[in-house]
Amino acid sequence: MAERFTRAQVEHVAMLARLELDEAEIELFARQLGEILDYAVQVQQIDTTGVPPTASVVTGHAADRPDEVLPCLDRRDALANAPDAATDRGLFKVPRVIG
Amino acid sequence: MTRPGTISEVREAIRRGDRSAVEVCEEALTRIRAYDPALHAFNTVTELQARERAAALDRDPARKAALPLAGVPVAVKDVLCTRGIRTTASSRILESFVPPFDATAVERLEAAGAIIVGKTNCDEFAMGSSTENSAFGPTRNPWDRDRIPGGSSGGSAVAVSAGLCSFALGSDTGGSIRQPAALCGIVGLKPTYGRVSRYGLLAFGSSLDNVGPLTRSVADAARVLSAIAGHDPADATSAPHSVPDYAEALTGDVRGKRIGVPARLVDQGVEPEISKAFKAALDALRSRGASVVEIELPNAGAAIPVYYLVATAEASSNLARYDGVRYGFRATLEGPPRGGHHLKDDLLKMYGRTRAQGFGPEVKRRIMLGTYVLSHGYYDAYYLKAQQVRTLIRRDYETAFNRVDVVAMPTTPTPAFKIGEKVSDPLQMYLEDIFTVSANLAGLPAISVPCGFTTTNLPIGMQLMGRMFDEQTLFDVADAYERDVDWLRREPPL
Repeated sequence: MAERFTRAQVEHVAMLARLELDEAEIELFARQLGEILDYAVQVQQIDTTGVPPTASVVTGHAADRPDEVLPCLDRRDALANAPDAATDRGLFKVPRVIG
Repeated sequence: MTRPGTISEVREAIRRGDRSAVEVCEEALTRIRAYDPALHAFNTVTELQARERAAALDRDPARKAALPLAGVPVAVKDVLCTRGIRTTASSRILESFVPPFDATAVERLEAAGAIIVGKTNCDEFAMGSSTENSAFGPTRNPWDRDRIPGGSSGGSAVAVSAGLCSFALGSDTGGSIRQPAALCGIVGLKPTYGRVSRYGLLAFGSSLDNVGPLTRSVADAARVLSAIAGHDPADATSAPHSVPDYAEALTGDVRGKRIGVPARLVDQGVEPEISKAFKAALDALRSRGASVVEIELPNAGAAIPVYYLVATAEASSNLARYDGVRYGFRATLEGPPRGGHHLKDDLLKMYGRTRAQGFGPEVKRRIMLGTYVLSHGYYDAYYLKAQQVRTLIRRDYETAFNRVDVVAMPTTPTPAFKIGEKVSDPLQMYLEDIFTVSANLAGLPAISVPCGFTTTNLPIGMQLMGRMFDEQTLFDVADAYERDVDWLRREPPL
């Protein structure tokens, strides 16, 4: 039987993920996340004593390079897709945070 | 209506002067206009740009003769950035995003003379196995329009299968090129991790993501890989290895090649018709002089949960960038909240509502799962543990490749399923990827080639996996098999 997430747990994760969830989504995810993680229990049963984690399969080639200044994205282009920007001043705009 | 043909056919026709680049381009655009309304392979058709580029090639015969893909129409999955062309990831959150730069793979295709005819539909942010998770509606399988084409690169697979272009680019994080290729009856290649630059690919799972081709022949896949592979200073994980002319090196000779089959894995839950087609394909390779060896992959059964822990963790981090500030959609704060009383100030509310309205259900589910497995107190139990088992899965393949040259299995356990059949059960949908996710976890190259049809005329695919950076052996074996069969010459009923 799948372990059910509590409403508070789902809301906590949603806060960390910056997601506004409605009532139906909280219900749905409480059930589905439990089911998916239940299925993942088989991973926890595998003996991994002394096994190093794989974060990346890349081995053997260093990504080091000289620290040179190269051309990059034009500021106007970088701001062109912003939902709200002060293009002339080179700024992205966001809702007021400080009272 | 003429199909634009394979890459080889188009290049041959253009070289002989039978068709101009503009004529080939018009053939593709005409077929898109005629068939795409029913199939919905494309999110955007780049008619004007395509015509202009084709005309420019026709005005420059030296360039047209020299470039390996000159005049060949290509469709690009809508997760690869195209300068000046809307790139949506099939998501509301990027519905009107116009990238200021090209993905490296796109830039290299265009440098090789290929003509982009449009951007293809996919599961939102490449998260899915059916292309039903697109914010713009599903893509339909040309072999049976009530069925899914696979995913996430479903639009790319359909565009190629239906002959709306000569080839397409897709992305593959857990099978997203190979599975739709199998379900649509074409060839799909996931290259070795790092073989093709990921620069300009909208990131999903950065340690798993790959860019690769979907084509109507193995030799075509080899041609495209030679064009797009190679080191790129803009992607620190791209490999410095030199890029051979894979197509030129094809011999059709598989004598002495050892093909490993993980019998225990393959016997579980595979539909009988798929099993039968796969075994017949192995027989065909045997009769060409290859030997078939049984192998063990002891940790293969854990691949799906490991994949969904690692991929969602990486996705939750990668998708944090879609916050309504620098690009994409931003929600307004008018009106009552749908919930989310946990989001306190206006900035948090803006983030939360933008993401609530901008992302679809599967993307939210994966962000939630990934955020949870990375969160304080659960990291070791889920994420770290999954990464350790990932090491064991890699070791299984290392051991297998001491004895064999390629590992073979069906690409999918079932043929294309009905639209709507699995949408309400995410876990069932995830199990669709049972044979494909391991190549991503281990970073190995893998190709899907057509190996038959069901009695109801649905395509079946065989997957071949190889050693890191040994795409050549995959192409050799797949090409040798393809010479014996005519699956790729069949056309879907349009």
